[in-house]
Amino acid sequence: MIDNIKKLVKDFTLGELRGGMKITATELVNKKITVQYPEEKTPISPRFRGLHALRRYPNGEERCIACKLCEATCPANAITIESEMRDDGTRRTTKYDIDLFKCIFCGFCEEACPVDAIVETQIFDYAFSSRSGSVITKERLLEVGDKNEKSINQTKLEDAKYR
Amino acid sequence: MAEIRNYTLNFGPQHPAAHGVLRLILEINGEVIERADPHIGLLHRGTEKLAESKPYNQSIGYMDRLDYVSMMCNEHAYVMAIETMLELEVPERAKYIRVMFDEITRILNHLMWLGTHALDVGAMSVFLYAFREREKLIDCYEAVSGSRMHATYYRPGGVYRDLPDKMPQYLKNDFRSDKELEAMNENRQGSLLDFIADFAKEFPQSIKQYDDLLTDNRIWKQRLVNIGVVSANRAKQMGFTGPMLRGSGVTWDLRKNQPYAVYDKLDFDIPVGVTGDSYDRYLVRMEEMRQSNSIITQCVEYLQNNPGPVMSDDHKVSPPKRNNMKDDMESLIHHFKLFTEGYSLPEGEVYSAVEHPKGEFGVYLISDGANKPYRVKIRAPGFAHLASMDEMVKGHMLSDVVTIIGTQDIVFGEIDR
Repeated sequence: MIDNIKKLVKDFTLGELRGGMKITATELVNKKITVQYPEEKTPISPRFRGLHALRRYPNGEERCIACKLCEATCPANAITIESEMRDDGTRRTTKYDIDLFKCIFCGFCEEACPVDAIVETQIFDYAFSSRSGSVITKERLLEVGDKNEKSINQTKLEDAKYR
Repeated sequence: MAEIRNYTLNFGPQHPAAHGVLRLILEINGEVIERADPHIGLLHRGTEKLAESKPYNQSIGYMDRLDYVSMMCNEHAYVMAIETMLELEVPERAKYIRVMFDEITRILNHLMWLGTHALDVGAMSVFLYAFREREKLIDCYEAVSGSRMHATYYRPGGVYRDLPDKMPQYLKNDFRSDKELEAMNENRQGSLLDFIADFAKEFPQSIKQYDDLLTDNRIWKQRLVNIGVVSANRAKQMGFTGPMLRGSGVTWDLRKNQPYAVYDKLDFDIPVGVTGDSYDRYLVRMEEMRQSNSIITQCVEYLQNNPGPVMSDDHKVSPPKRNNMKDDMESLIHHFKLFTEGYSLPEGEVYSAVEHPKGEFGVYLISDGANKPYRVKIRAPGFAHLASMDEMVKGHMLSDVVTIIGTQDIVFGEIDR
């Protein structure tokens, strides 16, 4: 009986609606969780799989030996590699293209690479202004690698013990 | 007087309430639906056929993209199928990690469902609050796999990497004072497990918030109660699974009825509905989130106390550790063989199903002994649910179609495959 009356009063005074409004009002003054992108970014894991990069050894020689494991394991066939033998007898790529429209960012190329040459960086905000821009060439990949070597090295070191 | 004919209305495929690319042809009389005819196939990407042309491991990433709001659960079904065929033993810790992430995924899915369902029905703020919590869980996804959605984290034989010891933190910038930054990073001081434990502790309060906003709300009830009623018998006949079936009062959950991974060692309940209307399904999913939260807590406790391998050491299937690969000839051979040819499954067939947030997600795999599947068939729960659309909306008003699409938790990635 008492419960029924209570319910009746609550219903007629819009009790549950006021309860809901209370939550909205509290959230209005509560601390916001949004961040001021691009000045501020949400935390990025060292395992993050963003834009690709090709790395070099500290002496400046490119790491990739054109073993084509990444090409073979790429589920989306996004990687195209052509190779040659250099004068000094080493095997290097002449072409290393990644089609970012095809790439599904699964990280298998990085997983497969035996010399840690192809890596996925923490860069996620990039754009291209032409259709052909989706294919990033070896030069571009090396450029990304050179520019971000410090952070790549740090994140890969951080994650090395788990792999 | 001229004869008044039924009006045919095209709903979608570009309708904000159609949840993706659903196209419905509605025959309506005034505002009452007489027939609904769902047209599917607009998001067909041929995943099943695609898998036939790739070594087994390479299709894991495509499983994420089936039901793109419950990524790791899809992977689980696929990976389990391969493991059953190979009779591969998975380390205990990996099983716990999988279960934990399956439940995180369930919460992710249900939060997404809750937010969009409420938004469709007219409640805006739930969507924002649901995404606030989703953000934290997606951070867990990122910390563990490197991707916020398409994780590609489960592998036959376990999971790719162990859980990280450190949670990524907010970095210093001009917008925040040190004190603010400290507050933002407060729950990110410890490991990923601490972060998840922290989340699990606070999540019941968030559910209470959604509960307060919706459960008793008169508009919410007016829009959901007695809308799209499905009887228990009919639900079974139409092949419903998951919350759709349980909402009708059938106690059926693969986690209990045929436990996989470590679900038999965990303590949780299966919520069921009574009347089988949209409101009951809402209540079932809300309770499922609470149960998932308790499962996560149990998993965190186990994982904190039981370190160990997370990947099978059968290097015919799982790649060797990177350090070994660089020093050891045999490991290098395994590594090269795995990433080019992959591995072959014995001849035969297998059906493996998991309790996906939406229902029974199954992968039926036939192998002819090669390194690629001969055929992969994916059983998507949403397909059976969508097939009942006509029956569920018949006699309801046009605006109820939106409620019913919402309550079915339709995601087109899995229906069209």
